[in-house]
Amino acid sequence: MEPLNQISGIVTPLDRANIDTDAIIPKQFLKSIRRTGFGPFLFDEWRYLDQGQPEMDCTGRPLNTDFVLNQPRYAGSNILLTQDNFGCGSSREHAPWALLDFGFRVILAKSFADIFYNNCFKNGILPVVLPAKTIDDLMAQVIASEGYTLSVDLPGQTITTPAGDTIPFEVDPHRKECLLGGLDDIALTLAHRDDISAYETRRKSATPWLFATP
Amino acid sequence: MSGKTLFDKIWDDHVVRSEGNTSLLYIDRHLVHEVTSPQAFEGLRMAGRTPLHPEATFAVPDHNVPTTGLEHGITDPVSRIQVETLDSNCDQFGITEFAMGDPRQGVVHVMAPEQGITLPGMTIVCGDSHTATHGAMGALAFGIGTSEVEHVLATQCLIQAKGKNMRVVVDGALGAGVYAKDIVLAIIGVIGTAGGTGYVIEFAGSAIMGLSMEGRMTVCNMAIEAGARAGMIAVDDKTIDYVKGRPYAPSGDLWPLAVAHWQTLHSDEDAVFDQEIHLNAADILPQVTWGTSPEMVTHINGQVPDPADEQDATRSTSIKHALDYMGLTAGTPMHEVAVDRVFIGSCTNGRIEDLRVAAAVAKGRKVADTVSAMVVPGSGLVKTQAEAEGLDKIFVEAGFEWRDPGCSMCLAMNADHLEPGERCAATSNRNFEGRQGKGGRTHLVSPAMAAAAAVTGHFTDVRELL
Ligand code: SF4
Repeated sequence: MEPLNQISGIVTPLDRANIDTDAIIPKQFLKSIRRTGFGPFLFDEWRYLDQGQPEMDCTGRPLNTDFVLNQPRYAGSNILLTQDNFGCGSSREHAPWALLDFGFRVILAKSFADIFYNNCFKNGILPVVLPAKTIDDLMAQVIASEGYTLSVDLPGQTITTPAGDTIPFEVDPHRKECLLGGLDDIALTLAHRDDISAYETRRKSATPWLFATP
Repeated sequence: MSGKTLFDKIWDDHVVRSEGNTSLLYIDRHLVHEVTSPQAFEGLRMAGRTPLHPEATFAVPDHNVPTTGLEHGITDPVSRIQVETLDSNCDQFGITEFAMGDPRQGVVHVMAPEQGITLPGMTIVCGDSHTATHGAMGALAFGIGTSEVEHVLATQCLIQAKGKNMRVVVDGALGAGVYAKDIVLAIIGVIGTAGGTGYVIEFAGSAIMGLSMEGRMTVCNMAIEAGARAGMIAVDDKTIDYVKGRPYAPSGDLWPLAVAHWQTLHSDEDAVFDQEIHLNAADILPQVTWGTSPEMVTHINGQVPDPADEQDATRSTSIKHALDYMGLTAGTPMHEVAVDRVFIGSCTNGRIEDLRVAAAVAKGRKVADTVSAMVVPGSGLVKTQAEAEGLDKIFVEAGFEWRDPGCSMCLAMNADHLEPGERCAATSNRNFEGRQGKGGRTHLVSPAMAAAAAVTGHFTDVRELL
């Protein structure tokens, strides 16, 4: 996982609530057995006018020019700004893989669905929950001014606007540490191997039926 | 000190260690399907790791499996590779798999309870958001992402922050023609698709405990559609009777030990919930969704809402978006909405009881000329049971297609899907844009309501047909 520390860039406004992971990456792309290559299919049904198929070449596909990701002013964006309950629905980690592959490293929203929120951290994406008023203000500013950028500072847990205002945000200390260091959760857990074995020994006597194989 | 909730009890039983807000939680059972696992197995290989307890993981292909012409195998090469990848990963890592062709194969959330792989008091995870289904057995079951699948394979644990406790109490008697699906849709209509975010929901009350195990699974299945990662229901005699004698359930000397423990799996009387919601079962009518999120729901006597009546601007826009996508006009009575397709199946409503209810409506009637309808059993065992009861004949005589088990048109990863603009009455759990095919329009209903729509050609109050 690529570490995340400080990042600034163009902000894309996706002014819609309850965006589900089926919309972020439709099911036909879930047939892939890889983690990469999903970027061109991010928001496929909103982004293109034709029907997307796995592994197709997207260069010549007809674009829905109304959709924000197709507007030149947001090209190269790495920060996504959106509404309530982003990432609801299916647990597919293909959703953060597609967002990451497209180039997004930070997502700002009023709220996130639980599984998606978790999945972001595992892939080097920082999901930030901000108060509704803050999101509404940012949404208005981003839409009003072309080339709008934000700077996100993970160690300091702040976001800085072009006007120099700083917005603080919360992040779980363990997740912050993993993002900053690009750490592998599994290695961290395996360091507690003795605790896991001790637990299993305890449970084998308390609930032996859980360990019996028929 | 106040008592513990069911969730607290199972959580506390599974904490290996804690640090601040996060705990290392032990996972008793891990279920795997072909869509969300290939990258996890690949991750293990790349790191030179192996599963810590391969015997605690069970696999089954379901999403890509064709529901017709099984003798030809999977014709879509990309789907085939995904299923074959699951087969070879299970082989390589010593994981039990109910592969295609196995009579027990089916949707993972139907198969595992049938086999007794899901037991009360367990922690159960799967790379699939509808893992909440297994909470009906009095287990803590939730969906995880692929990185977490890899984490569970390697460590048999997950790093988790504990959720909050919510209790949804449904008391009273359900009316005739009203089922578990209607209860859960009505609940989602009240709390919203994000209302349960950050919570584990315990469903309780006389109407919930009055449901069969199948009905309880339907309710817990859709906890995720209310935003909750897990839904659960206390253990009672029905739970224990359901588990008894299943292939992977404890037997012999272990059975009484297990039962004694399971009988403690309910919230204490003085347990405190962070949030509590009450519904009266008698007020619940047969439900139909009209929009592109499960919370966009009304009852069969209701009508398509008007975005202009909604005060909140964001909500009003999303209603407008939804009506555009669904091709519906505000004010239309739901029973005037005609359907093109009917899908009966999925991990929500693909169990034997669901098929019995739908068959009772279909019996002696014909699918409307304007409708094409299919029934997809949730598992091979459900299919066999239904055929033994003659349900397949009732469906076929009425003009339904009788298919082989799998996820099928719940998410249309196999060949079964809606064409753009087609309208479907579906017993599955998600009416998202494009869920059943690009441009497809999904209305969620109970199996009885789906069968009623099939035979009349439009949404119909099933109580008129009983
Ligand atoms: S039936 Fe539908 S919801 Fe259930 S596991 Fe399959 S795709 Fe997911």
